[in-house]
Amino acid sequence: MNQPASAYFIEDRHDPNETHTLAVLVQNEPGVLARVIGLFSGRGYNIESLTVSETESQKHLSRITIVTTGTPMVIEQIKHQLDRMIPVYRVVDMTQTKRSIERELAMVKVRGQGEHRVEALRLADAFRARVIDATTESFVFEITGNTDKINQYIDLMRPLGLVEVSRTGVAAIGRGPEGM
Amino acid sequence: MSEKSHDPNQMTGAAMIVRALIDHGVTDIFGYPGGAVLPIYDEIFQQSEVQHILVRHEQGAGHAAEGYARSTGKPGVALVTSGPGATNMVTPLTDALMDSIPLVCISGQVPTHLIGNDAFQECDTVGITRPCTKHNWLVRDVNDLAKVLHEAFYVATSGRPGPVLVDVPKDVQFATGTYHPPRKSDVHRSYAPRVKGDATQIRKAVALLANAKRPVIYSGGGVINSGPEATKLLRELVEVTGFPITSTLMGLGAYPASGKNWLGMLGMHGTYEANMTMHDCDVMLCVGARFDDRITGRVDAFSPGSKKIHIDIDPSSINKNIRVDVPIIGDCGNILGDILQVFKAEAKKPDIKSWWQQIAQWRARNSLYYKKSNDVILPQHAIQSLFEATRGKDTYITTEVGQHQMWAAQFYGFEEPHRWMTSGGLGTMGYGLPAAIGVQVAHPDSLVIDIAGDASVQMTMQEMSTAVQYELPIKIFILNNQYMGMVRQWQQLLHGNRLSHSYSEALPDFVKLAEAYGGIGLQVHKPGDLEGAINEMIAVKRPVLFDCRVAALENCFPMIPSGKAHNEMLLPEQANDAATAKAFAGGKALV
Repeated sequence: MNQPASAYFIEDRHDPNETHTLAVLVQNEPGVLARVIGLFSGRGYNIESLTVSETESQKHLSRITIVTTGTPMVIEQIKHQLDRMIPVYRVVDMTQTKRSIERELAMVKVRGQGEHRVEALRLADAFRARVIDATTESFVFEITGNTDKINQYIDLMRPLGLVEVSRTGVAAIGRGPEGM
Repeated sequence: MSEKSHDPNQMTGAAMIVRALIDHGVTDIFGYPGGAVLPIYDEIFQQSEVQHILVRHEQGAGHAAEGYARSTGKPGVALVTSGPGATNMVTPLTDALMDSIPLVCISGQVPTHLIGNDAFQECDTVGITRPCTKHNWLVRDVNDLAKVLHEAFYVATSGRPGPVLVDVPKDVQFATGTYHPPRKSDVHRSYAPRVKGDATQIRKAVALLANAKRPVIYSGGGVINSGPEATKLLRELVEVTGFPITSTLMGLGAYPASGKNWLGMLGMHGTYEANMTMHDCDVMLCVGARFDDRITGRVDAFSPGSKKIHIDIDPSSINKNIRVDVPIIGDCGNILGDILQVFKAEAKKPDIKSWWQQIAQWRARNSLYYKKSNDVILPQHAIQSLFEATRGKDTYITTEVGQHQMWAAQFYGFEEPHRWMTSGGLGTMGYGLPAAIGVQVAHPDSLVIDIAGDASVQMTMQEMSTAVQYELPIKIFILNNQYMGMVRQWQQLLHGNRLSHSYSEALPDFVKLAEAYGGIGLQVHKPGDLEGAINEMIAVKRPVLFDCRVAALENCFPMIPSGKAHNEMLLPEQANDAATAKAFAGGKALV
């Protein structure tokens, strides 16, 4: 193994990356999101999507949904690193359980006239997107679904006059009667 | 207390801080006053239960608290002001995080209404220290202060210990509120470190141990953190199984260096026998260590044929660097007790005679060999002399970081835990002198020696003044080679012998410097004078700077070169130019 002169052992890692969705239940207190995000940036983990909101206000609980990528060993590290933070109650790997539903909401602004406008409406109908704002030359669509569906919809809107997109990021929940 | 009230639990925030320290059994704290902590200092002035040690720089307070903690098993406490006081604590906090040292830092903050205003001596202390503490808090309401302080002590000392910081704005220190003594509900419900090991995993581990042909125990700082019971159980396990044992830098002393199963330290500058035993073993029991990169060498060639058992209280240490077969999460003392119980009931001592014969052959390579000289003091010889002179005495050793640190680990034999204070994970030059102060405060009648390098010791030299002020007779034993020795060693091995800025062209006269501080200065050049001078140093009951002039170009071996495995160590007798050049891929012209 040839490596440059270094006080560290430098190695190439070739394990393939996986994408995982993690649900993290935390105490809703000042700085808790900064702790979680700081962990990711500080340790060089990826954040593909991040959603956070208080879910149980009496108990001051917030739920953070993070979509991340990494090798299996890194994903395992991320879960353990999150779990050992003081205000973190639970970390559930929604991808590993294979029994979860993921949804995202996007608002998509499209500007156009004539045939483009008609086509946009037709596609919106096919994707079950709703019109939530309209002018004579624009629409704002609201669409809900998994990430792939939303990506696909946005790609279709591009040639029809896509102006901008606002997305919530992924929220996930397990199937069946049990809570996390 | 300025405001008297009929309810004894009504008090100011500043008074609560002192009261909480007392309630947690704190007798000594290390700190430096400033605008944002004056109310706390006013409270300290008016009581005598908590002794405050005034350092010369906040970093010194942090390292002193670390030394105090490491040598007692109790949390160390530091008190600093806002802004620069807090930022100067970043190094010791990070150091304590890396080495799992329980540290409680209380920092002053500008008044709450000024937070975010770029006020004088304001900084985002909780933001800056978030990644270098186990947890931290900004207290905005005096009625939250007692709860937060109690939780801070609990978080620092429970589970995997670590540093915490409580940031207290000055108006909260002045405000009056209700104090309560520590109670269970002070702690986050989300924080519950696991202590007891899983019984199934423990049985799996015992089955592996009982059938091992080539076993090794690899222990770390976690055993020492767990407390005296863990040390006792580790020793018993070695006795009951007859297994060889090695340890990380942080774990030295858990098993006595004079014990017959001791292999010496492992890792980059560990002994040949320890590293070869790790490489060739069939069952590895890792107790309270974390497969750090200084330990493993090349990861994909690390102990390739072994089943690995890993005991750790921190689940994130499991499978971080090395994939293990039997992870057991929990307190290592607790788990060692369970393992011993099952082992004694169900297994008998495995026959590993041929394994010990193999180890004896590796031992015979004498990997710590160095050539003594009559003209110049070899640094290894200096450590050995120090060890001989202090053997049997009530001694604590701290170090700075570099070659001297590795030589101390190699040549000073530790018989008991809590006797060895060194910056392992972060590698903080300047740790040893203030750490020695902390140790001496905790053990006023013991012999406390900082084995130092000439470069490291200058990073926190000002704390000599603290030692003199509090009559702390610490001994600073400087292996003076005028180089940043470890930097130079790497430059020689890996950067074509271009010694870029690793030589100190100007050094202070350490003897005069000691005298200037009000301490004692000693200097030795000749091997023949060493023993006498060391004895003189020990006899003096005042702070000593001992300037031990050693061979300038001596390097630290054995060594695992970068990118190599445990069985590819460079031994001292092989460390000639040609072999070194070959061992270091990328190395060019050498020494």
